[in-house]
Amino acid sequence: MGNLVYLFAAYTVIWVVLFAYVINLSFKNRALRKKLEALESTKKGKE
Amino acid sequence: MKSLRKREVIGFLALTFMLTGLYMAFIYAPTDANMGDVQRIFYFHVSSAWVAFLAFFLVFLASILYLRSRSRRWDILAYCSAEIGVVLTTLALITGSIWARPIWYTWWTWDSRLTTTLVLWLIYVAYLMLRAYSEGSRGARFAAVFAIIGFFDVPIVFMSIRWWRVQHPGPVIAAGANGGGLAPPMLYTMFVCLAAFTLFFIYLLLLRMELEKIKDEIEHFKTTSGGS
Repeated sequence: MGNLVYLFAAYTVIWVVLFAYVINLSFKNRALRKKLEALESTKKGKE
Repeated sequence: MKSLRKREVIGFLALTFMLTGLYMAFIYAPTDANMGDVQRIFYFHVSSAWVAFLAFFLVFLASILYLRSRSRRWDILAYCSAEIGVVLTTLALITGSIWARPIWYTWWTWDSRLTTTLVLWLIYVAYLMLRAYSEGSRGARFAAVFAIIGFFDVPIVFMSIRWWRVQHPGPVIAAGANGGGLAPPMLYTMFVCLAAFTLFFIYLLLLRMELEKIKDEIEHFKTTSGGS
């Protein structure tokens, strides 16, 4: 039973780290896309 | 749009394989007679380490191609692959340490496999720091040379369990005629987990590279708008 704690700890670390990394990339991706769209619409407005 | 669809398909496949791998690691694979249930850490630990090696090999290859062609796409590939490689090596180090505690009664030992892996992690963290603090093509060139030299630690890590007497378990998948290999259900589980991590790596790489391309587009946009 004692060893199961280590097993669950290891798998929790894996899932938390991978999930956090994917979420972080997705948020950054979305933010940059919005920024690019805003820049494009500003340019169109000027034209 | 087409690349988004491709990434989504790979992401879905990766998730399916991950869940299958999880089921196989916890339910399908038999319990190890010596280590007990804690051995089940091995499936994801080894997969993350192997795919990290693959990531660093891509960094090595892309860095050579960048130095030859000076094409930004190889630089992006090297940079993004290195970042994911560091994440996966971090996972391999942490899960290995968690496994070591009940088996070796210590979180860490300066065994040659562990030490060379830690050195590998430090090399690529240094590479990422170099990328973060240097700009332009000069910085990219320095980083490419650094990545090529740094890659030579990968075969050392791989061979460390063959070259030196180590506390770390020896090769179990390609154990050869001396025995000590994995039982077939364990081997199948290992391969499914390896496929899951490889697919997940491709998914992350596509996602990360897209981020870098958008950054480039914004930079290009600012430069051209500023100039007009």
